[in-house]
Amino acid sequence: MEIRRDVFQAIADPTRRAIITLVALQAMTPGAIAENFDSSRQTISKHIQILTECELLEQKQTGREIHYHINAKKMKEVSDFIEPFRKMWDDRFNKLETVMKKYKSKK
Amino acid sequence: MERKTKVNAEEGKQDIFITREFDLPLELLFKAFEEPELVEQWMGTKVLKLDCKKFGGYHFETTDPKGNKHVFSGVIHDFIPNQKIIRTFEMANTPFGVQLEITEFEKLTEETSKLTTHSIYETPEQRDQVLKLPFTYGINMAHNRLEEIISKLK
Repeated sequence: MEIRRDVFQAIADPTRRAIITLVALQAMTPGAIAENFDSSRQTISKHIQILTECELLEQKQTGREIHYHINAKKMKEVSDFIEPFRKMWDDRFNKLETVMKKYKSKK
Repeated sequence: MERKTKVNAEEGKQDIFITREFDLPLELLFKAFEEPELVEQWMGTKVLKLDCKKFGGYHFETTDPKGNKHVFSGVIHDFIPNQKIIRTFEMANTPFGVQLEITEFEKLTEETSKLTTHSIYETPEQRDQVLKLPFTYGINMAHNRLEEIISKLK
């Protein structure tokens, strides 16, 4: 059993990415989600559970049925995950610019 | 003028585009990739080998703030001065595999230039792992660099 859920590990799986894409269009019941896949309902249910634990999906009770919704706030966090990588290169290139300007003036 | 670095990584794909405009003439920008002493300065790494030519290669060794050594190496597939560098990139002892890097240099004006790097990973999963790396390492490294710059100002 995995104790700590990594949100990036969660979206690295193609089935889970497909589930997110489906639910992003409209809130769905677990059954309706499973109908879109060849995998067993149990397998899809496990994927949904992981996405819920990572807070990418949210459960809402509507009468007797449970619908899954996208957690927009969490998705935003995930889409910003590239920022530290970008920042690392930005810092590096800023340094390149500084180094080369000094190099130019030395000549 | 601020010239921001842009990173484009599409969901589910196995490549990354990094672009940046520099307030430097094309020749000067290219030199930063060619001269070992300059690479050492801006990459913050030790250059053990840098053979800039077709069939050449490179070997860098970086020491992180904790004193661990990281080895980066690859072969140079093509080296066209002021235009293009095609090379492989591998970070030793990591599960990230080998990347193919295509870097293009472009003149914008007499005093400005543009860099575009296209990195292709073996799988989308490896690419995503690398994108997440700075979360764990980046903060320390950036901090270290900041200290370095401040110490030079004194």
